Amino acid sequence: MITVKELTKRYARNTAVDHISFNIEKGQIVGFLGPNGAGKTTTMRMLTCFMPPTAGSATIAGFDVLEEPMEVKKRIGYLPETPPVYPEMRTGEYLEFVGRLKGLSKADLSKRVDYVCERCSVADVRQKLISKLSKGYRQRIGLAQAIIHNPDVLILDEPTAGLDPKQINETRDLIKSLAGDHTIILSTHILPEVEQTCEQVIIINKGKVVATDSVHNLQNRARGIESVIVEVAGRNADLDAAEVQAQLEKVSGVIKVHFKEKRQTRSIFEVEGSNDRLIRGDLARAIVAAGWDLNELRSSAMSLEEIFLQLTGDHPATAAAKEEPAAKEPGK
Amino acid sequence: MRNVLIIWRKEMHSYFVSPVAYLLLAMFGFIFGFFFWVQLEGFVKYGAEMMQRGQSFPMNVNESLIRPLLANVRVTGLFFIPLITMRLFAEEKRSGTIELLTTSPIRDLEVILGKWFAAVTLYACILLLTALNFVFVFKYGQPDWKPLAIGYLGLLLQAGAMLAIGTFISSLTKNQIIAGAVTFAVCLLLWVFEWVTEFETSTWAQVLSYMSITTHAESFTKGLLSLKDAVYYVSAIFVGLFLTARSMESLRWRS
Ligand SMILES: Nc1ncnc2c1ncn2[C@@H]1O[C@H](COP(=O)(O)OP(=O)(O)OP(=O)(O)O)[C@@H](O)[C@H]1O
Ligand SMILES: [Mg+2]
Repeated sequence: MITVKELTKRYARNTAVDHISFNIEKGQIVGFLGPNGAGKTTTMRMLTCFMPPTAGSATIAGFDVLEEPMEVKKRIGYLPETPPVYPEMRTGEYLEFVGRLKGLSKADLSKRVDYVCERCSVADVRQKLISKLSKGYRQRIGLAQAIIHNPDVLILDEPTAGLDPKQINETRDLIKSLAGDHTIILSTHILPEVEQTCEQVIIINKGKVVATDSVHNLQNRARGIESVIVEVAGRNADLDAAEVQAQLEKVSGVIKVHFKEKRQTRSIFEVEGSNDRLIRGDLARAIVAAGWDLNELRSSAMSLEEIFLQLTGDHPATAAAKEEPAAKEPGK
Repeated sequence: MRNVLIIWRKEMHSYFVSPVAYLLLAMFGFIFGFFFWVQLEGFVKYGAEMMQRGQSFPMNVNESLIRPLLANVRVTGLFFIPLITMRLFAEEKRSGTIELLTTSPIRDLEVILGKWFAAVTLYACILLLTALNFVFVFKYGQPDWKPLAIGYLGLLLQAGAMLAIGTFISSLTKNQIIAGAVTFAVCLLLWVFEWVTEFETSTWAQVLSYMSITTHAESFTKGLLSLKDAVYYVSAIFVGLFLTARSMESLRWRS
């Protein structure tokens, strides 16, 4: 449904989007994830024909954004970063205006306005001036205008920004329910959002795609290294943290031990080990054998958040996480 | 055409829902009312003096009352036109609604025409308001209506040209104030270009004079329908709208 090839956008000084390529199938929800300034908005603006790419191409539903922008525009609903609302209009008037703009016929117009008001829970402010509404309501109106013409493709730039927790959940459910008929790209920095709503995730950083995969795979992939939190206490005397660390490092399968903190007599460590060897049992035995108490031993499953930080930042585990999947690939 | 109408309606709505339109109408009405009163007073006084001197009433209502009034409307319009056009694109760019317009299946030209038509409509409403004053003149005098109509046509054409220039300037910035100020400066320059002919007769002076809006206003104010001047205004409108289209296009490449 959406094919992006080597898409590039250069501004006067910097390259905001640098040769990114991806492919999105019909009916999927794809999360576009990246830190501030990664180039999410810029990419979306090129997909919606707001600005042309410097190089590369993008096609939506088979239409090229440069060659046939009109056809592309007919098929997309777009929610920009700031909801494009006119404060001097009433909610209902505004949605009717957008509906007309998108080419809805007179007969469909009022039906669609009713429908999107209901869907995006803005029915109660239909007669109100948009200038008098809160940010959250404007955001919802923005979402309502994006779906008013029932487009094939929805491009949503941070659709849940500024909403309250209840609304965030409702919006995510709404987005999920729209998938299937619609192909959806949404950008966000909120990781649980991607975990909850999206099937695919594209992580970009500094204008480059650093990972494209399904959410499920990405989580598994990061679990290639298992990270375990261990809390050890001395039975009688104080513990020597360095000694414990040395002991733990001897356990087979352990890659690295970080000393995290010391609380009175207890010391907490984060142990990284490879996934295929069950290091947790060995760790427990080693600690008990040394005559210490094992207070806690739990797996810290990698959240998407950690993956995200690994891939986009200089997290200590970055190198390991990047090597691991590559090493595992041939074995599959 | 349908799309032009959609944009036109939206613009009219925002002119008339915010107090902008009413404020402009009220101010213009007030100012014109003052002109009208002063002019009429002078006209009547002068007429009475003439009569005392034993001369018959030689004054023509069209020449002595209507023509100076129309000239006043023309000058006043110069101040109002930037106020009408300054927000057209600047506001959309500032608030981000331009993203809605440019990602909807509607051509740039349709957006531009819709906006410009709305500006012209508002100005026409203002002119209509001033025309109400002339109802009195028709009641108590016997002016010729044809020069008056031609005078108004000239005013509308001239406003159309300046509004097109204002629309273009508004598309260059996010800042309404800048758009308004620059529009005023440009219109004023076009207004006074003609003055160079007073001391210069070289080619460039003639070119400047041709570009001047004032040069082409004369005949309409006199009640003469001049094709040459109409062509000037219409081409100025084309140039203004064409430049706006280019500016909208380059906005995408640069932004
Ligand atoms: N109009 C512009 N002119 C010059 N540079 C720009 C412009 N717009 C964006 N940029 C630059 O392009 C880069 C990508 O910006 P973009 O807005 O796409 O990031 P983003 O991923 O949407 O970030 P955020 O999460 O903050 O919304 C940034 O470095 C930004 O400074
Ligand atoms: Mg952004």
